Amino acid sequence: MTIADPKAPRADQADLDKAADRPEDADQWTAKIRSAAVDALPPQKLLPDRQPAYVASWIYVFGVVTIAALIVVIGTGFVLALFGPNWWHVSSTGLFVNSLHLWAVEVFMFSMVIHLWGKFFMAAWRGKRKATWISGVVSFLVSVGAAFTGYLSQQNFDSQWISTQAKDGINSTGAGAIFNVTNFGQMIMWHIVLLPLVVVALVGLHVLMVRLRGVVTPFAAKNETPGVDAATSGAEVQA
Amino acid sequence: MPAIAFVFGALINLNHPGNYIHWGFIQMSYGNLAVIILMVVVFLAAILIPFKTHKEKGGER
Repeated sequence: MTIADPKAPRADQADLDKAADRPEDADQWTAKIRSAAVDALPPQKLLPDRQPAYVASWIYVFGVVTIAALIVVIGTGFVLALFGPNWWHVSSTGLFVNSLHLWAVEVFMFSMVIHLWGKFFMAAWRGKRKATWISGVVSFLVSVGAAFTGYLSQQNFDSQWISTQAKDGINSTGAGAIFNVTNFGQMIMWHIVLLPLVVVALVGLHVLMVRLRGVVTPFAAKNETPGVDAATSGAEVQA
Repeated sequence: MPAIAFVFGALINLNHPGNYIHWGFIQMSYGNLAVIILMVVVFLAAILIPFKTHKEKGGER
């Protein structure tokens, strides 16, 4: 990295946003990454004020409901981790936060499934959005694992029952050698460290890809040219 | 029953072993069935119920 000369003339703000503080720094890796990131997702695209007209439907609401529920899940999870099982099983406040955690997960999975159905029936992988679709599907599968390890981490008879029922299924796949559902220490680490990190990273990536490509366009009402679907062009409609 | 428990208690008594439906090889609790039916209902409602939008002065939405 170049040491800045305070007397050297500074570039104007547009150039700062585009590449580097000074033209001679433009070939540095920091400037190149920043420039590529700003080119791909400029602030107005990252957090837009407007959406295409076809987004005015309740079916488009369930993605953001899922994210809102995930925020509550993470927040209540932090509080549960702070105080521990004695607190969440015994005190009334602990029971309340434990219930908030459970019901936020219910809302998370519920809205994610409706989001998935909606995107499936509108074939949301069209217009170079395959990676967005796949990241959503993988997020769903990892979320199932996160919920499962959560049920195993309750520290009650229910979690014991679930773990002893699940071990045969997991062992039959061969995964039991490295993923032991009766090992509480391992399951809680998966639940509060590994899987939340993966879910949050995948959801973040998913949202960035949605911002990058935009919301998928609806199917055309009538295909004028057989085999050519206007909706696959990825064109945004601003009605 | 204390008044507070009466007000905030579950509408349905859940303090018993779950009831299951047996449909061929499919076995599912009534609770899970209710959630699946509710998801289908909400999905259809989301498609059918109109989404009110703001009327803008500029004409463009």
